[in-house]
Amino acid sequence: MTISGVALLALCTLVGTLLGDFLGIALDVQANVGGVGLAMLLLVTARVYLHRAGRLSDGVKLGVGFWAALYIPIVVAMAATQNVVAAVEGGPMVLVAGTLTVLLNFVVFGVISRSGPRQETMDEIEARELAARTAGIPKL
Amino acid sequence: MIDMFTRLGTAEGLIIAFATIGVIMWVSYPLSRYLSFGRIHGSAIAIMIGLALAFVGGTMTGGQRGLADIPFFAGVGLMGGAMLRDFAIVATAFEVDVAHAKKAGVIGAVALVIGTILPFIVGVLAGLAFGYRDAVSLTTLGAGAVTYIVGPVTGTAIGASSPVIALSIAIGVLKAVIVMIVTPIVAPLVRLDNPRAAMIFGGITGTVSGVSGGLAATDRRLVPYGSLTATFHTGFGCLVAPSILFFIVRLFTQGE
Repeated sequence: MTISGVALLALCTLVGTLLGDFLGIALDVQANVGGVGLAMLLLVTARVYLHRAGRLSDGVKLGVGFWAALYIPIVVAMAATQNVVAAVEGGPMVLVAGTLTVLLNFVVFGVISRSGPRQETMDEIEARELAARTAGIPKL
Repeated sequence: MIDMFTRLGTAEGLIIAFATIGVIMWVSYPLSRYLSFGRIHGSAIAIMIGLALAFVGGTMTGGQRGLADIPFFAGVGLMGGAMLRDFAIVATAFEVDVAHAKKAGVIGAVALVIGTILPFIVGVLAGLAFGYRDAVSLTTLGAGAVTYIVGPVTGTAIGASSPVIALSIAIGVLKAVIVMIVTPIVAPLVRLDNPRAAMIFGGITGTVSGVSGGLAATDRRLVPYGSLTATFHTGFGCLVAPSILFFIVRLFTQGE
């Protein structure tokens, strides 16, 4: 059933968020600590378990996959609700701090990313796995 | 007439949002193909249109939630809000390859620490350059450069003034906005094309909205890996900014 996938996703999200809240309280931080990340780990674990038990039905895949496919539209909606005016009108200090942070961010990332051995790109990974996979990733 | 649209916005909010975002997506892909010859990804253009609409909404209403402050488009706030965003991010984890995720575990954690301390220093230095001298304001501004959630959480915890907290949010939002726009352009130069790099990128950059938006526009398949580490960023920042980092800043400013 499709709802099984949606419900599984909802349960993982709720439990992860709760754990993140508890972690925040335990660490005396006024924020959720890694709730979404914990939820993701739960969902990955659930998928591995269902796969092994032979219960990873098409309905479950559809229920989760639909929301994963809606991810980009949701990000666009998120972008449309940012306080862009404040970011633009925040004055020179905001501009300097924001721009320098991102610049430094990419420089440091570039150094780390280029230092290691060249990694297999997403395209190469997919080309290799294409034979094993029947269903592709839905393109929006 | 306007009343009717306002009522429709309340009654059918989320449905209007689906249609609106759908139209943006339809427009974006041809724009990507014919205007940029596919160099700028369709979703990157969609995100930029979204940001532009947020600017229009903010200027029209004077509100803080962009397009969602226009009553007819209120549903966009629900669609792009934290609830559905987190739900969809978690869903992308279904495609995560456990083997790839494990490989980047340690370096992801290192990236998280670097990605918190470096922006914090930049924020503090920017604050110093623009005349702020007290430890509370400097720490809050530094925290804002980590993410726009760490800024206000830290500022509230250590008792910063409201204008400083607003500035810290603005720094974080600007960071997220620039990351969304720049990531797809810079990605080929910095080899942001594999799961390991995406996890490091998420850890260093932090801001979930910036990382998820930027990666979505670069290569949708990288989103779960980047989000996995980015999600710990805000929590880690909220942990160290009002405590260890505040303490260090206070140590430096005591001589003033």
